[in-house]
Amino acid sequence: MNIWDKDYECMPREDIEQLQLERLQSTLNRVYKNVQFYRKIFDKLNVLPEDIQSIQDLSNLPFTTKDDLRDSYPYDMFAVSLREVVRLHSTSGMTGKPIVVGYTKNDLKNWSNLAARILTAGGVTKDDMVQIAFAYGLLTGAFGIHYGAEKIGASVIPTSSGHTEKQIIIMKDYKTTTLVCTPSYALRIADTMVNMEIDPKTLNLRLGLFGGEPWSENMRKEIEGRLYIDALDNYGLSEVIGPGVAAECQYKDGLHLFEDHFIPEIIDPSTGNLLPPGEKGELVITTLTKEAFPMIRFRTGDITKLNWRQCDCGRTCVRIEKIMERTDNMLIIKGVSVFPSQIELVLYEFEGCEPHFQLVVDRKDRMDVLEVLVEVSERIFFDEMKKQRRLLENIKERLSSVLGVNVDVKLVEPQSIERDLNKYKRIIDKRVI
Amino acid sequence: MLRIKNINTYYGKVHALKNVSIHVNVGEIVALIGANGAGKTTVLNSISGITPPREGEAIFKGVNILGLPTDQIVKMGISQIPEGRQIFAPLTVSTNLELGAYHRYSRKNKSSLKKDIEDVFSFFPILRERRNQIAGTLSGGEQQMLAIGRALMSKPSLLLLDEPSMGLAPMISKDIFRMISRLKDELKTTILIVEQNAKAALQLADRGYVIETGKIIMEESSKGLLNNKEVQRAYLGKEKKEIWE
Ligand SMILES: Nc1ncnc2c1ncn2[C@@H]1O[C@H](COP(=O)(O)OP(=O)(O)O)[C@@H](O)[C@H]1O
Ligand SMILES: [Mg+2]
Ligand SMILES: [Zn+2]
Repeated sequence: MNIWDKDYECMPREDIEQLQLERLQSTLNRVYKNVQFYRKIFDKLNVLPEDIQSIQDLSNLPFTTKDDLRDSYPYDMFAVSLREVVRLHSTSGMTGKPIVVGYTKNDLKNWSNLAARILTAGGVTKDDMVQIAFAYGLLTGAFGIHYGAEKIGASVIPTSSGHTEKQIIIMKDYKTTTLVCTPSYALRIADTMVNMEIDPKTLNLRLGLFGGEPWSENMRKEIEGRLYIDALDNYGLSEVIGPGVAAECQYKDGLHLFEDHFIPEIIDPSTGNLLPPGEKGELVITTLTKEAFPMIRFRTGDITKLNWRQCDCGRTCVRIEKIMERTDNMLIIKGVSVFPSQIELVLYEFEGCEPHFQLVVDRKDRMDVLEVLVEVSERIFFDEMKKQRRLLENIKERLSSVLGVNVDVKLVEPQSIERDLNKYKRIIDKRVI
Repeated sequence: MLRIKNINTYYGKVHALKNVSIHVNVGEIVALIGANGAGKTTVLNSISGITPPREGEAIFKGVNILGLPTDQIVKMGISQIPEGRQIFAPLTVSTNLELGAYHRYSRKNKSSLKKDIEDVFSFFPILRERRNQIAGTLSGGEQQMLAIGRALMSKPSLLLLDEPSMGLAPMISKDIFRMISRLKDELKTTILIVEQNAKAALQLADRGYVIETGKIIMEESSKGLLNNKEVQRAYLGKEKKEIWE
């Protein structure tokens, strides 16, 4: 199993912590000097960069939020002058103003290197043909992976996104071995192959590196089963660098987060307090090497937990659990956080349930009530009432024990849950607060 | 090999180093670059105990050396070659070298001392030629070699070099830098080098730190630092400052 940057990816704990402290302190010194936003925050709190003497001290600093970044549109968060910036990217800006991010020459170099790490962790080598079906443009996905694949010496096929049939023909004719795109696009490709009557077994495809959106283990199984590949997850976000923040190795047991470039923290999304090691909460990232666009305690909105146990692959860097949820998807019921993904997992345990469900939250007598609507397969409804009753009770009991709050369950007919552009409306919150 | 955390060093009320954290791995050459007065020499003096820091931690081979007297730090294997060389000008080259081993001299017999001097001579053949010459009459480059040779007499595992090219003609500086990379290759000495000549130091080093008014503002591979526009402008003399700054 190859490791691209052994010196850094397999660094002893003590060494990585020293390096993180050094890089954190120099990053803080630079942002204090060069970014007005951060200087103001520091001054308001009456702290100086030199008050941060350990990685733990980082938690004394405030967060940087997406809103902060939007307010700094376009260039106010940059820590270098524009003439040192050699590349600009931005977020899609679907919800309000986009966020513009910049890269210096060194940032691009580090980015390629990080992408080379994630590709190598997934098993890509210089012998691979890597088809990149992320959109080439303002978004960061395609370019990051592109540089990494070139760095490794693989052959890059920059198909960009869309034109699925053409993608498949290229995949077949160019003998693509590795597909890089979003997991949902991978399924779309699988569907289209069926329509085109192309048997994925006859292709050279052996590997898929997917990222850009949350996807479940079940989705992984489906992709792997239908495309006959190994499907690996990688995590990144433009505000931090793009792809290259964390990635699975071939053990598929959490994503290695590259701690020589990023410090992860896990906080309680509702209080902002640091959570004890190993607990699940919102991921907060501080960059350690970014020159143009350094981030101090950026709230990613992604829910995960950290695992420091050394992985069998030899990498020592911390692993984040596969991200299935965003804070904006999280429900707080009677003070307990509830995630749709937990419910999905429970429903998979029961035969006859489709993992199609909807959560309806309301407040009765000042108390939160959570009702889960579950679509069941046709078969169940024709069956006897008693069986239905038992299924309902079992789901209810199981869900209540997994979630830690009492829930009501209602079984509904197939296809009866509202769908919006093929996506379920997962949560309906009727509470008036 | 050396791991420093949050060193704060003062000259009276002047806070010269603010939370300096750096490390040097075995076999590495690490460069510390920065403008005049940034605190480069103070970092070296803080490590070697010449100006002991008020706070911080300096772990060398697993031992906290902070607060230890300089001679004990030398015994543990750290040898500093101070700015301006500071050789004993009125003494001969050989005597200078003998003095370099002073802390081992009492415990060592004459023949092993001789052997150590031989080792230095075989590394710097020019010093052998000049061994009976008064050190003060050597050329600048030769004096720097003598200063390095003297430091080598204590068989250091970590060498702290303070501006070895200072006051030397460019051609001679080149020789000295070549010598330093031979130290790494042939003697496997680990080196922390402070330089005004940032470009030469970075070409020699594996990694570097940039220090500015007592604070470290960057840790990077040498290549990365050479690539960095801010470093180029401030320390490599490549570009002029822009008006907007
Ligand atoms: N002996 C001293 N007494 C008072 N202040 C000093 C002394 N030596 C250095 N300083 C202060 O510490 C700062 C760092 O100096 P120094 O380490 O010699 O810098 P460099 O080696 O980078 O030129 C200087 O700006 C100066 O103000
Ligand atoms: Mg000096
Ligand atoms: Zn692993």
